[in-house]
Amino acid sequence: MKIKENKTMRNFHEAKWDEPIIFELSTRGERGILIPRVEKEIEDCVGDGISVIPKEIRRKKPPQLPEISQMRVLKHFLRLSQQCLGADFNIDIGQGTCTMKYNPKINEVLASSPKTREIHPLQEESTVQGALEIMYKLDLFFRDISGMSRFSLQPSSGSCAIFAMTSIIGSYHENHGEAAKRNEIITTIFSHPSDAAAAAVKGYKVITISKNEDGLPDIEKLKNAVSERTAGLLITNPEDTGIFNPEIAEFTKIVHDAGGLCGYDQANANGILGITRAKESGFDMCFFNLHKTFSAPHGCGGPACGALGVTKELIDYLPIPIVEFDGNKFFLNYDLPHTIGKVRGFFGVFPVLLKAYAWIMSLGAEGLKEVANIAVLNNNYILKKVKEIKGATAPYAEGKHRIEQVRYSWEKLTDDTGVTTEDIACRMADFGFHLWSSHHPFIVPQPFTIEPTESYSKKEIDEYLGVLKKVAEEAYEDPEKLKNAPYRSVIHKIDQSSLDDPEKWAISWRLYLKKKKKNPGVFKTKKNR
Amino acid sequence: MKKNKKYVYPYIPNSVPEVKAQMLKEINVESIDDLYEEIPENLRLKKELKLPEALTSEYDLKRHVMGILFKNQTCEEKISFLGGGCWQHYVPAVCDEINQRAEFLTAYAGEPYEDHGRFQALFEYESLMAELLDMDVVNVPTYDWSQAASTSLRMACRITGRNEVLISDTISPDRLLVIKNYCKPVVSMRMIQHCPETGLIDVEDLKRKISEETAAVYFENPSHLGFIESQGQAVSDMAHKNQALNVVGVDPSSLGIIKPPSHYGADIVCGDIQGLGIHMNYGGGMGGFIATQDDEKFVMEYPSRLFGITRTSVEGEYGFGDVAYERTSFGLREKGKEFVGTASALWGITAGVYLALMGPEGMQELGKVIMQKSQYAMTNLSKIKGVRVPRFTSPHFKEFVVDFNNTGMRVEEINKSLLKNNIFGGIDLSRNFPELGQCGLYCVTEIHTKKDIDSLVQALEICLEGRI
Repeated sequence: MKIKENKTMRNFHEAKWDEPIIFELSTRGERGILIPRVEKEIEDCVGDGISVIPKEIRRKKPPQLPEISQMRVLKHFLRLSQQCLGADFNIDIGQGTCTMKYNPKINEVLASSPKTREIHPLQEESTVQGALEIMYKLDLFFRDISGMSRFSLQPSSGSCAIFAMTSIIGSYHENHGEAAKRNEIITTIFSHPSDAAAAAVKGYKVITISKNEDGLPDIEKLKNAVSERTAGLLITNPEDTGIFNPEIAEFTKIVHDAGGLCGYDQANANGILGITRAKESGFDMCFFNLHKTFSAPHGCGGPACGALGVTKELIDYLPIPIVEFDGNKFFLNYDLPHTIGKVRGFFGVFPVLLKAYAWIMSLGAEGLKEVANIAVLNNNYILKKVKEIKGATAPYAEGKHRIEQVRYSWEKLTDDTGVTTEDIACRMADFGFHLWSSHHPFIVPQPFTIEPTESYSKKEIDEYLGVLKKVAEEAYEDPEKLKNAPYRSVIHKIDQSSLDDPEKWAISWRLYLKKKKKNPGVFKTKKNR
Repeated sequence: MKKNKKYVYPYIPNSVPEVKAQMLKEINVESIDDLYEEIPENLRLKKELKLPEALTSEYDLKRHVMGILFKNQTCEEKISFLGGGCWQHYVPAVCDEINQRAEFLTAYAGEPYEDHGRFQALFEYESLMAELLDMDVVNVPTYDWSQAASTSLRMACRITGRNEVLISDTISPDRLLVIKNYCKPVVSMRMIQHCPETGLIDVEDLKRKISEETAAVYFENPSHLGFIESQGQAVSDMAHKNQALNVVGVDPSSLGIIKPPSHYGADIVCGDIQGLGIHMNYGGGMGGFIATQDDEKFVMEYPSRLFGITRTSVEGEYGFGDVAYERTSFGLREKGKEFVGTASALWGITAGVYLALMGPEGMQELGKVIMQKSQYAMTNLSKIKGVRVPRFTSPHFKEFVVDFNNTGMRVEEINKSLLKNNIFGGIDLSRNFPELGQCGLYCVTEIHTKKDIDSLVQALEICLEGRI
């Protein structure tokens, strides 16, 4: 079978509704919804209900919310939704590190059931056996996938899971009488910013290992960094470069030999499902972002879950409660002697857990491995094609294959044309695509990060690459055109400077109105174009 | 089914063998295994995972998962009086319609250009909350109230340069566990006692404990035990006199009728948006907010995303973007403020829709109806012999403590009996508030009808009959 290359460029324009701010829609007296009525008998019994509130604490002036009829509210938010490019619409491979994959619709159906939505976390255990069973079995799946001994599904994001790992590191050393001495956590420059930031919240001094010439964390620097002060290591593998660190087991050994614990940031494990695991690399802990690898949608940035796994030795430190099964019923176990306590209210984001459970059940062991295989195949296909684009390079590890993503560079293009990675990103929006640069600091100059996952067909990948190539060509032909992009998006170039200026920033509509009143010219467009 | 049959997976388009082969050929590689050459042999998983056999058809999957979920009994099927920070309120259909929109559901971190709608919706959420709270700055939501309170306290420590916080001991115990871990070992915590009669903060105890070490005083209003704290101004004044900040956790559904904490001197306000149009989801519907005034010293201490409105290159066009991005851990790693990442944005959009639907009158009426229905419940429960309601003499909002100590029955037994009558009784406080003995925390919202409440009273009467 011969597969035709897709050579057509899409004539795209994003929806532009020019929709007012919600407060501008207000008409005095309109109502969006009415409240359930109070029966007459209740009113006869207790009166107006509010006169019991002490005067000094009773709100006299109602909140200045807008007054809008129901259909207009609906229309407003539907229009806003049309001005947002979800992964269901996009070929969302330009948001590297975020594992933008298909979020199966059936899982949304399951999560929308009253059996999911209308349960309270403090119901008696006998009435939530279904929820507990899903959580228990998901724990079993993750044990198998990671080689760890036990999972907590409580952390509400990758960062929350990282914070839980640093908390466990702290409690572990406290329990061994070394908390005061072990005050350093080591991470790497290509690991997520939260690996460094969460450790600092726990009071740790953060040591960041830089990369070597191959783009991998420098093992010699790690050897120099460890000491009796080392509390732990938080590291990603592969890092954002997509290069698997073959020395990873030595990294964990070096840290263990120094008395530290090793936490594996597996927010994104998509390329290695069923291929390699945290256990074999010597980690004490790891976590999976269920809103990345395990298909739960990203929801504009949550709700989410960072499922946290630990070895047998660390089970007692997990957040409480964990789910157990006594052969007859599922129950919550709060009795973990060294528990760090909690990292979130109640037990975690159940609908996200449910979606991850359903996704794993739909694929099984073979399917999960196929996910990894195709994600890696797609990535290496893209690697070859991007390197053919004028001005784009893939720093480090020349000639080697990458796992699930690659951090590329427009450095040459910028040097040649003055067009930056941000300019390219703006222009990609004109074609209905998103392209992300990378986390700061920009170790790779003018970075961009592509992660195709398993969800996109070759045709779609080719379409995206075709546009990327076209935009790079434009940069060489007409750099000014890119500087002023986007043209076919919802809005035009925003004024970033006012967002960084305390005199001008407006974090709410009321603040915008106040600042505008004080200084009428402040939000007017500069007349220099 | 043949053992070695290879599926083409509906979720994995390039699992088609011909496509796979073509792509491998393009990159000049024999097999996919070759792409893993950098992974050392000793780290490779040699066995198959032991996961259950795949349910490859969507129908089989649905049957299987719903089969498990059917074991849940829901608050729609029963009458529930459970609250304690996760509340059963009515969720308007429009809220679900918007948060299920694929555009919002599947978006993540696009630029302000292609994701203009995401930025505007979250900016509007911030703005609507700002009106409810009567404060100028609200963050893009964090995980939940527990995280919002934890961060508010750490913000207060950075702002004041102090490292001790005083916390009212009627706080939710679940939340306290989160705050404890979030403060440890950098910030120390001391608990302030409450008056055993009224439940209110013991101002004398606060006076004894507050000092020049104190960064913040934290209390919740209404408290976890449901009563309304009326001494907010006195507590704020005392905090401010000691150059400390007043941090207040609040249930936003009360703010149509109860003053927002900014009116009695709160410097940082936090709480949960789950009650604003989001289903309980077994506790997964939580979302935390933090609010302050527009003071640079405060704004620069937020770890969260803050979406602001700005101009664009075209006159009359609104644009949105991140305010002071450089303060975050995205900008500065460990030198940023705490950490930021994925949290609860979709619930924020949903709460914005809710507030837009409710309007000022809706929020006022909601507060009033909850007051009326919960008072009706208290009045009628207190008629049951041996039952004391409410345990505390202060006025209550939505939740209240039912004292069963004189009934001779434990809350656990009572709740078992109620369950037989299809009622989820209130939260058993005996474990976390042992000083209260056998007490239950009951929650009544706008969704409860007179009949629901009467059923509870009747079931309790029968359950307790002959016990006293």
